[in-house]
Amino acid sequence: MTAIDMLERPPESAYLNCIKCGLCLAVCPTYRESLVETQSPRGRVVMARKGLEGELPLGKGLTDQMYTCFACMACNEICPVGIRPADLALAMRNIEDRMRPRWWKKPLFEGLLPHPGRLEAFTLPLRLYQGLGIRRLAYALGATRLLPGQLRDLESQLPHMPQRPLRRILPETTDPIAAAPNYRVGFFLGCAQSLMFAGESAATVRVLARNGCTVITPRDVQCCGMPARGYGRADLVQAQARHNIALFEKLNVDAIITDCATCGSTLKEYGSFLSVDDEWAPRAKDFSAKVYDISEFLARIPLLPPPGRVEGTVTYHDPCHLRRAQGVWKEPRQLLEMIDGLELREMPAADSCCGSAGSQLISHYETSLKVLKRKTDNMAKTGADMVASGCPGCQMQLSVGIRRQGLEMKVVHPIELLDRAYGGGDGRG
Amino acid sequence: MAEAEQVNRLAAIAGRDGVLHSPEDLVSYSYDGTFVESRPDLVVLPRSTDEVSRVVKLAGELGMPIVPRGMGSGLAAASVPVGGGLVVCLTRMNRILEIDTANATVRAEAGVITAELQAEVEQVGLFYPPDPSSIRHSTIGGNIACNAGGPRCLKYGVTGDYVMGLTVVLAGGEILRTGGKPVKDVTGYDMNALFTGSEGTLGIITEALLRLVAKPRHARTALVEFTSLDDASTAVNAILRAGIVPATLELMDQTAIICVEEAMHLGLATDLEASLIVETDGSDGETVVREIDAAARICRENGARSVKVAQSAEERATLWRARRSISPALGRRAPNKLGEDITVPRSAIPEAARRLRAISEKYGLPIVIFGHAGDGNLHPNILFDRRDPQQQATVEKMVEELFALALDLGGTLSGEHGVGVLKRPYLERALGPVSISIQRKIKQALDPQNIFNPGKIW
Repeated sequence: MTAIDMLERPPESAYLNCIKCGLCLAVCPTYRESLVETQSPRGRVVMARKGLEGELPLGKGLTDQMYTCFACMACNEICPVGIRPADLALAMRNIEDRMRPRWWKKPLFEGLLPHPGRLEAFTLPLRLYQGLGIRRLAYALGATRLLPGQLRDLESQLPHMPQRPLRRILPETTDPIAAAPNYRVGFFLGCAQSLMFAGESAATVRVLARNGCTVITPRDVQCCGMPARGYGRADLVQAQARHNIALFEKLNVDAIITDCATCGSTLKEYGSFLSVDDEWAPRAKDFSAKVYDISEFLARIPLLPPPGRVEGTVTYHDPCHLRRAQGVWKEPRQLLEMIDGLELREMPAADSCCGSAGSQLISHYETSLKVLKRKTDNMAKTGADMVASGCPGCQMQLSVGIRRQGLEMKVVHPIELLDRAYGGGDGRG
Repeated sequence: MAEAEQVNRLAAIAGRDGVLHSPEDLVSYSYDGTFVESRPDLVVLPRSTDEVSRVVKLAGELGMPIVPRGMGSGLAAASVPVGGGLVVCLTRMNRILEIDTANATVRAEAGVITAELQAEVEQVGLFYPPDPSSIRHSTIGGNIACNAGGPRCLKYGVTGDYVMGLTVVLAGGEILRTGGKPVKDVTGYDMNALFTGSEGTLGIITEALLRLVAKPRHARTALVEFTSLDDASTAVNAILRAGIVPATLELMDQTAIICVEEAMHLGLATDLEASLIVETDGSDGETVVREIDAAARICRENGARSVKVAQSAEERATLWRARRSISPALGRRAPNKLGEDITVPRSAIPEAARRLRAISEKYGLPIVIFGHAGDGNLHPNILFDRRDPQQQATVEKMVEELFALALDLGGTLSGEHGVGVLKRPYLERALGPVSISIQRKIKQALDPQNIFNPGKIW
């Protein structure tokens, strides 16, 4: 048996019926910038097929092309045959990793990310002196050389970070504020939210509490698993999924809420990640069925009308992990439109990728910036003074674009604006 | 010459990032929209006519065959490098050079995506009508080289009807400029027509001057469902006889409808034999409405079971998305499909459909029929699995019968896809020896070394 036979190969159905029509070329951000077929979904599907059929070496060259994919899933959505080229690219990264494990993945994805405490210690310098830790983080992600301009871009993507992670501040149980308890919900506090966007998640919990939710925030959640998945370690995602499922099972909640698009898309996929595990499959399915993005959940329950006003104009950027992975795009807009004084101005191509894709600003700097430029050009056309997006990766990337283009625009999470309209943290939350 | 040396010399022309040679790159340039696959030796992506000219000159020196390519959406394998060689990919020549509103023309480089050119000219109230299904993933250069059609051809004509001038790099690197802005031009042979549809066998089209028309301000679209395919064909002829020239008259048979419904969930009735998409357009709203109403009435008189006129721009867009997705949606049924595009005189459509069904039954492989009923251009698609050698052989026999059928009914092999590799064996039967001999002499005169796209058409 050759090495390859022992790996989890994507099934034939994942690539065989690609008829190479080329529809996906029209929507792919990396093809659009490079105009090179090798960096297109169709190219990646054919390369994967040739690799799996033994006509192309399953080596670095092929893997590199699987990593050029931004996983925005626009190709999945347009494919008339039902091929999912973005998913196939992720699956091919797994195969590569099984064949040639990279030294830096183990400490990062096994040693660091699943352990919130270690992650907090690791990012301490980042939080104390913002930017000092960027270089360390970039090296951890396997980028050994950074351009001076790139370093500046990476620094500018960081929000003003809280010195204490939200995980350490938020109570395990938050009772409803001035409302009868109607729902018992679990809050999945993601790593980026806790460490960098604590204000947003604090707002999420307040808005839930104002609308009759008892919010349980378990402290020992592990990373949702998306970073490991993106870097070819789907095996670790399964371990993290089991941990998180068991954790939330104990809480006996009606719903599991997240305010991070990426976490949400991953948590909703636990069911399929564990579908071949007899013991865990039904539990994972139940777990995933309960997961909601904050905007999705709020759109499903009767909401108190927010009493306050937020003056300003806002445009909305659809995170790929929210719109395409979860089909959630109306809900965040509905929330923004509820707010008195706030005007929502749509930008062209609001659902096109911003070029973040987690770490592409580190690993594929030039393409990432070109994709970003299209996004910020479209944002600028609206003349809005805020851009809202419920994804930490997008928010960081948009901040870079705003600085590079010299725009006067603030990046916010939609929930922050809603929270403000409810009165924010006015001492009662 | 060693490959490294070839790469260096090409890179001296097109830049380091303009030359591709890794195994992954070569695999990515080994196909188009058909099942044919063959890797090139090298790929070059020039950025200007001058670079193309220098590349062609160098390829001549090196004795390397050249395969010109746009976005690789072709359906005849015309841009697949079947004998290896150098792929000259024009996607990076993607500038729109001039929109002349007074003369209603646009000048663009070959690599401009057709839908983007359309969107640009529509901004100033002009209109570029050709609309191949691949409009968002094919280039103007490729459209001209294959004389692309599309649903709107019925009223507006094919790509070639819009070509006013071309810049073409010839063998040896010479640059030819044809035509110009004058609408009438009988000075010498029609060189635009010569290169239109030449599939990269005579030279490389690098730039085009295209005619535009005023953008029709109104359009109405109807979906008409028929219990019988014969009735649908009869209705098509009746509409045209009544003096109505719809922008489009598109036919889908039952299997096509089912595939689209599976892919898009639009609520199409899947128990009927055929549907038509009828669209009228023009600058006067009332006329457009009157024409769609008249077309609807004629359809009802000819046995239509239902007629639904789209009530919003969104509904209309959905209908067109459905139509455009037929061909790709067939991939849900079988790993491979062979899409032909035979064209018959309009009146022969019912007979053609009957004979196609007979071929399908005789050989036991499904044939899906859809296409541009208004101009007799059908897209019979044979569904099969290439991994089964027996099926592959059966398909070849079916194709042969299919072409015989078209010629027998007074039709032709291809309405808009071109000859490429796939229709080569049938060319002589379609054209006859005199035409073949003359066309070969033209090829010989322009490309004596047979450097441009060898193995295609001829």
